[in-house]
Amino acid sequence: MISLKKAVPAARRAPEAARIRGVQPGDLEQIVEIDAGITGLRKAAYWGEIQRRYGGGRQQRFFLVADRGGRIEGYVVGDVRDWEFGSPPCGWVFGIGVRPEARLSGIATQLLDAICDGFRRLGVGKLRTLLARDDPLVLSFFRSQGLMAARFIPLEKDLD
Amino acid sequence: MKLQKNTLLALCSVLEFAARPGAQLSAAEIAQKYRMSSHHLAKVLRSLGRAGLVRAARGAGGGYRLAGNTRRVTLMDVIELFEDISAPRSGARRAGRRVKAESGATAFEVEDAIGVVLAEIDEIAKATFRSITLETMLKLVERRRS
Repeated sequence: MISLKKAVPAARRAPEAARIRGVQPGDLEQIVEIDAGITGLRKAAYWGEIQRRYGGGRQQRFFLVADRGGRIEGYVVGDVRDWEFGSPPCGWVFGIGVRPEARLSGIATQLLDAICDGFRRLGVGKLRTLLARDDPLVLSFFRSQGLMAARFIPLEKDLD
Repeated sequence: MKLQKNTLLALCSVLEFAARPGAQLSAAEIAQKYRMSSHHLAKVLRSLGRAGLVRAARGAGGGYRLAGNTRRVTLMDVIELFEDISAPRSGARRAGRRVKAESGATAFEVEDAIGVVLAEIDEIAKATFRSITLETMLKLVERRRS
């Protein structure tokens, strides 16, 4: 059948939906590249260690990626933390990143939803994270997902 | 951080516009909902208009509508139009002698330490206002309604 619809140029087509899946060893290079693009630091050894400790569907640990046609568009890492400073088990996200060119297409939301589903399956009812207050982009994202100030306050000091 | 009446009114107004994209709302309509004088509100809307956050349409059926993007405009974009957010806390950092006292801390040192704590609170408040967009606020309103 011949479609009478005018072909939409590739650049204007809606992007293919990303598939959220567990990290695989072959994803590491792209994850290092995404993180380096955001932070300016290339941390291959760190990500190798994170993959070793959080990859492979380990109990209470999650390392998920957004895969669009073989290209990794983003990642999220987190775990369930039990009774830290008296807090009942909570889902903790300590890393999330999306390629700048893939932003505003819902990738981070998909990643966060997926890790939250994982936390829920483990019976966790609270999501927590720690963000730099001078990083409005990431702060705004988590705020848009409904996160509010926690009853815990992060504190730090310089060690002499 | 305590916000002035004008700031709160400005926040309520932009959220009203954000909740009804494309609709023209009159100052009287908003003033009535928030039990404010429309004369007072008109001044606030003029400030929002000058900042490019709202756009006025004149004539019959005229009113105001949001000019900004609800996913981009933050609470801080509105607040900084009405509050002097860069001002140091009053009384906390009074000019004083930095000379160390023989025994105990000087007034300057005590006030300086208090100023550090108050500045910390202000920084957290600013980061919070900068991170919350109008769209996020609308979601919060909805969540609290249900």
